[in-house]
Amino acid sequence: MVRNHKPKLAVWKFASCDGCQLSLLDCEDELLTLVDEIEIANFAEASRVILKGPYDLSLVEGSITTPHDEERIHRVRRASKHLVTIGACATSGGIQALRNFKDVNEFISLVYASPKYIETLNKSTPISDHVYVDFELHGCPINKLQLVEVISAFLHGRKPNTPSHSVCIECKLRGTTCVMVAQGTPCLGPVTHAGCGAICPSYARGCYGCFGPKETPNTVALSARWSKLGAKEDEIMRTFRGFNAYAEAFRKESEAHEK
Amino acid sequence: MKNKTIKVDYLARVEGEGALYIKIKNNKVSDVKLKIIEPPRFFEAFLRGRMYTEAPDITARICGICPVAYQMSTVHAIEQAFGVTVEGQLRELRRLLYCGEWIESHVLHIYMLHAPDFLGYPDAMHMAQDYPDVVKRGLQMKKAGNAIVALLGGREVHPINVRVGGFYKAPSKQELGQLAEKLKWGRDAALETVLWTAQLPFPDFEQDYEFVALRHPTEYPFNEGRLISNKGLDIAIQDYENHFIEEHVAHSNALHSMLKERGAYFVGPLARYNLNFDKLSPLAQEAAKNVGLDSICKNPFRSIIVRSIEVLYAFDEALRIVEGYELPEQPAVRFQPQAGIGSACTEAPRGILYHRYKLSGEGLIMDAKIVPPTSQNQKTIENDLLNYVEQAILLPEDQLTWQCEQAIRNYDPCISCATHFLTLHIERE
Repeated sequence: MVRNHKPKLAVWKFASCDGCQLSLLDCEDELLTLVDEIEIANFAEASRVILKGPYDLSLVEGSITTPHDEERIHRVRRASKHLVTIGACATSGGIQALRNFKDVNEFISLVYASPKYIETLNKSTPISDHVYVDFELHGCPINKLQLVEVISAFLHGRKPNTPSHSVCIECKLRGTTCVMVAQGTPCLGPVTHAGCGAICPSYARGCYGCFGPKETPNTVALSARWSKLGAKEDEIMRTFRGFNAYAEAFRKESEAHEK
Repeated sequence: MKNKTIKVDYLARVEGEGALYIKIKNNKVSDVKLKIIEPPRFFEAFLRGRMYTEAPDITARICGICPVAYQMSTVHAIEQAFGVTVEGQLRELRRLLYCGEWIESHVLHIYMLHAPDFLGYPDAMHMAQDYPDVVKRGLQMKKAGNAIVALLGGREVHPINVRVGGFYKAPSKQELGQLAEKLKWGRDAALETVLWTAQLPFPDFEQDYEFVALRHPTEYPFNEGRLISNKGLDIAIQDYENHFIEEHVAHSNALHSMLKERGAYFVGPLARYNLNFDKLSPLAQEAAKNVGLDSICKNPFRSIIVRSIEVLYAFDEALRIVEGYELPEQPAVRFQPQAGIGSACTEAPRGILYHRYKLSGEGLIMDAKIVPPTSQNQKTIENDLLNYVEQAILLPEDQLTWQCEQAIRNYDPCISCATHFLTLHIERE
């Protein structure tokens, strides 16, 4: 393919911790090569340069939590040829979606001295609730190598190679002994989307689901197994109510264990 | 032009979303606002009802740049409530993890966020076209810091290995030993960084700040110590809330953390350095002296040199820990949760990070309070802008705007951190 211009990349931030966009700057070995291939047209965390759209690829970090952002995401979509969400906030509403299970006004008055100044929505929602999303990259945070893969795939007009199987497969690939079978440690690996490389079990702890649900997760069977290992109902509820609490499969499972 | 307005709608090269608004009337600054437009996320609220075991993983998500700081303040505060003390090699490993975070965060700021201001580039990528070796050195140093966090924590952002009482898994002596070569290279690169940052052009700007930092009897502070200042503060962390308050200032939309008695104060590398110069390693002290930096530095623009000194110290300290490491018997100390209140302050890359938790007998969090460094520096940043703009007021507008941004970036502000507790009011004009 002959290009007459360098593709333009934009990075947008909504409600988030900045960790996923930091992953781009954490690509210490790839960053300078990357900027040979693409033009960084809008990436406020890294540059004062702000170029006008349209953008060939927009990476969106963060969830929608304010009326202002609810409008802004539509402008981002209109200016973007491809829009990819990066991370749990943008993909499922993030940890801040815990408000979705409570009265947000109670939250505001707990944290803020002058609640009347707070402009916020009742719910923290993923980007796909608002605009069409071309691809969702999971993780809290995302895996930086997967980010490079996604950028590369979109620049070359192909599908990203990011497997949607469970963390269990990654443990097997890594050769980690199953913590649930061998040590009886409760683990979310069987229902969690791959991508991290199965880090937690290799550090002798159970997966806590930061990459969100895999395709077709059997959360009911996993909860039953957790119960047999001694987990109480409220513990199971909290476990599914984490960094991807508002992802449908995890939300339903946590609600099933809520008293 | 006597009247003008400086507006930066979206501050670049800071972590999070902020905006700047300065109004000038008859060549006098009439209004300064550092606006926080980052949406609130309500961490203190949803920590209620969570188990103490989940807390370090949750608070890490306040900031993707300094998750280790959040994890460290969290575990120390909870350990204080439970009466747990972590000592020996486990304590050393915590310091090592913090070294890794200081390195990756400071180097990111020095090379990618701050240095481009001094040399007139919009970002490090453009700077790399003229200074390829300098930027590559920065990236490799950052990588070395990240290697520490990734080895001890499992990954660079939101590490998974920290728990109350210690770690889930302690690295073997051999695993840790593999870091040594990278750290030795990093220490040399840090020395070059000190020399490189020291020759940058600095505006003449000194203020009479109150610096606040931890002070430990035997070491440069990471996790423990008393809270002291150059103006007489000397308290245990448990007294923090008797001395600091959050104040709603009329001209600003954000809550500012203040010293009850004296108002604005300054936290971060400059404060730590000024209050703990004698606790730096001999190598770091010597490097500072070689570039003509006194043991006290009151010019915030020079914080880039001080950050380089701290990076040098962190590499030096990391090597000391790696070389003296022996595998501890257990990766974490044993304990029973108990009802109580615990608080802790640790030194995040940007300054002191205060956490307080109230816990039930079974270990559920009843109440949480978190005061991040950027909200503590906010008032000081605004004061700097006020004073700096007045002395630079005749500069052309684009240059003045850029210098104001630079004055903010002196503090390496992390707005993502600050926001979960700042009052937010979007003013549209």
